[in-house]
Amino acid sequence: MEWQFFTEVLVGGLLSGVMYSLVAIGFVLIYKTSGVLNFAQGALLLFAALTFVSLTERGLPGWAAILLTLAAMTVIGAAIERAVLRPLVNQPPITLFMATLGVSYVIEGAAQLLWGTQVHGLDLGIDDLPLEFGGVLVSSFDLFAAAVAGAMVAALTLFFRYTRIGLGFRAVADDQLAALAVGLSLDRIWTAVWTAAGVVALVAGLVWGARLGVQFSLSLVVLKALPVLVLGGFDSIAGAIVGGLIVGAVEKLAEVYIGPFVGGGIEGWIAYVAALGFLLIRPSGLFGAKLVERV
Amino acid sequence: MSRPNTRTLSLRAALLGALLGTAALLPAAAQADEQYFPLQSYRVGPYAAGGTGFFGGFIDYLTLVNTRDGGVNGVKLTWDECETQYEVERGVECYKRQKNRPGVAAWNPLSVGIAYAMIDDVGRDKVPLITVNHGRTDSTDGRVFKYVFPLLLNPYSESSGIVNYIGTREGGLEKLKGKKIVVLYHGSPYGKETIPIYQLLAEKYGFSVEQVEVPHPGNEQQSQWLSIRRTKPDYVVLRGWGVMNPVALKTAQKVGFPADRIIGNVWSNSEEDVIPAGDAAKGYTAITTQASGADYPVLQEIAKTVYGAGKGNLDDKKRIGSVYHNLGIVNGILNVEAVRIAQDKFGKRTLTGDEVRWGFEHLRLDPARVEALGAKGLFHSINVSVANHEGEGRVTFQQWDGAKWKVVSDWIAPDWALLRPIIEKSSLAYAAEHGIQVRDPAAEDASN
Repeated sequence: MEWQFFTEVLVGGLLSGVMYSLVAIGFVLIYKTSGVLNFAQGALLLFAALTFVSLTERGLPGWAAILLTLAAMTVIGAAIERAVLRPLVNQPPITLFMATLGVSYVIEGAAQLLWGTQVHGLDLGIDDLPLEFGGVLVSSFDLFAAAVAGAMVAALTLFFRYTRIGLGFRAVADDQLAALAVGLSLDRIWTAVWTAAGVVALVAGLVWGARLGVQFSLSLVVLKALPVLVLGGFDSIAGAIVGGLIVGAVEKLAEVYIGPFVGGGIEGWIAYVAALGFLLIRPSGLFGAKLVERV
Repeated sequence: MSRPNTRTLSLRAALLGALLGTAALLPAAAQADEQYFPLQSYRVGPYAAGGTGFFGGFIDYLTLVNTRDGGVNGVKLTWDECETQYEVERGVECYKRQKNRPGVAAWNPLSVGIAYAMIDDVGRDKVPLITVNHGRTDSTDGRVFKYVFPLLLNPYSESSGIVNYIGTREGGLEKLKGKKIVVLYHGSPYGKETIPIYQLLAEKYGFSVEQVEVPHPGNEQQSQWLSIRRTKPDYVVLRGWGVMNPVALKTAQKVGFPADRIIGNVWSNSEEDVIPAGDAAKGYTAITTQASGADYPVLQEIAKTVYGAGKGNLDDKKRIGSVYHNLGIVNGILNVEAVRIAQDKFGKRTLTGDEVRWGFEHLRLDPARVEALGAKGLFHSINVSVANHEGEGRVTFQQWDGAKWKVVSDWIAPDWALLRPIIEKSSLAYAAEHGIQVRDPAAEDASN
């Protein structure tokens, strides 16, 4: 049945989009509080997954490997903030972006130096078998990933609304000077936000690592997050989710229904076409804060 | 006349001594025959897993020949590595740097991009370029590509070998009529190279073929596999690379397509392609020119002589006998035997690149010679000539059982007669475009 096939493609696309959102949320966290587009998010994701899988392969139980990886991500996040970004404070955004680009290469190199170059399998204990709903097949692993993304968004929402440091994040995101004026420590908050991005990288790394295998190309999943950010806005978690869903659906539907007429293989760039089109209409994205400058 | 003081004498003596020492060393260095293999390796970056295995196997075999035999007829084999990270510009930089060392035997970059970038240079420098199992297909025609050797298998032969294997599984090539095959290919020049060949084979054997592109790097294939499920093919040929391979296997499982109906090409056949896919890879079958496993005499010698002495190149001994490691070893055998054959003609000394090229053009290892080299079952044979730089390599197929590869076919010959006219058409067009004088194999054989 054609409608069943269409539904499968659409649902599959939406669930793939959730996977993109997982990566995009890491970008949003950093951008929201410090205005830095952190290109190293993909490398952080690779490092987290590689550290976790290497520790478990050395016999550590899963919970211990998670804790140690979290500790490592905390140290790395804090180190990046302190050693690279803090000295560059007040520099133009392009300088900060280039700094994170450099950091991503350092992390990728360090990950291979530390844990080797081998490709690893990662089994989270979730079978990737198709489930049937009214004749429509849906991946059980994709449903699991969607649940993880939902749980992460819920946790981040609670964190931002009800914890002291979370409220600090929001204050800094709204107005850094005002936050300073009321006595918030920007350094502390930035360190905390980089740590949080490291945690998000671990979650995304485990989910993507289970799907692709833990290997160097994990760092390339950032390329999937960029159109999501353009669509959803760089500073909105809700935007990252909605943007992910749109990108996922557009990619899959376009590949299946337009691809055959233009030679196929279009899903790699069609998301960027959608994002560029959107950029022309709404430069700050669906949920991004509009930039208002006094002239 | 003033007498030189003691200090001046000492200085002169020291200088004289240094000069004499240098003079004594110079002939010694010139006399020490060495054959040098410059290795444009990649041990970091996205393709490091394949690079460490292949170059590890190559170096392990060279080390074995040096340790066990003292080199090839007394000529010591040397090598050094230049890191390319699989990037073309770095590969070319390495070429410029490494080519200045004397005694270069052959180049083995294991990279299509780097190999393409070197083709003109190796012709000028007269040193063979080896692209085992890969490279440009028309370089099989040695009449045009004098210094390029896609040994054992070119992409067209690979496609034909895969179709022949599917034919044997179906009970004969005539049973392919009416079957449906999907080729899932990497969205790159490499992936697209065999599109016309599958079309040709489909017309010859009467099966229908649908060729589906996966955009680079291939970490999302949901839509392609949903389309494949709708097509309901009898087989899917996976012409992948890197992360595309495990994702293909996992996505196939996700849409309910059986792994034992997926046949992988030569760059989808390693442990690195299946381990990340976990159980989804069980039953998956892939083509290879060299069987995996460490039970072959040459592998056992390497384990004993090289790794036993702490000279092994792999960090992880568990990788001995893996697909890339064994490919490196077979590549080592082919390079060393080419040097040996060339020495028989030109003398047991350091050879020039052009002399080693002659060795490759006379590289004929029949099954008996392969057995004598301790590689029976590891690879079948090779028969290179001036006109045929691929060398009629046979292929076999291995199935992944969840832990290791297991050979599930005999050695299969591709349909070279069908492919040769297409190869020649392309190579002759290249010759015309580049003003290359096409060689006459009969005349060259007569002069040798």
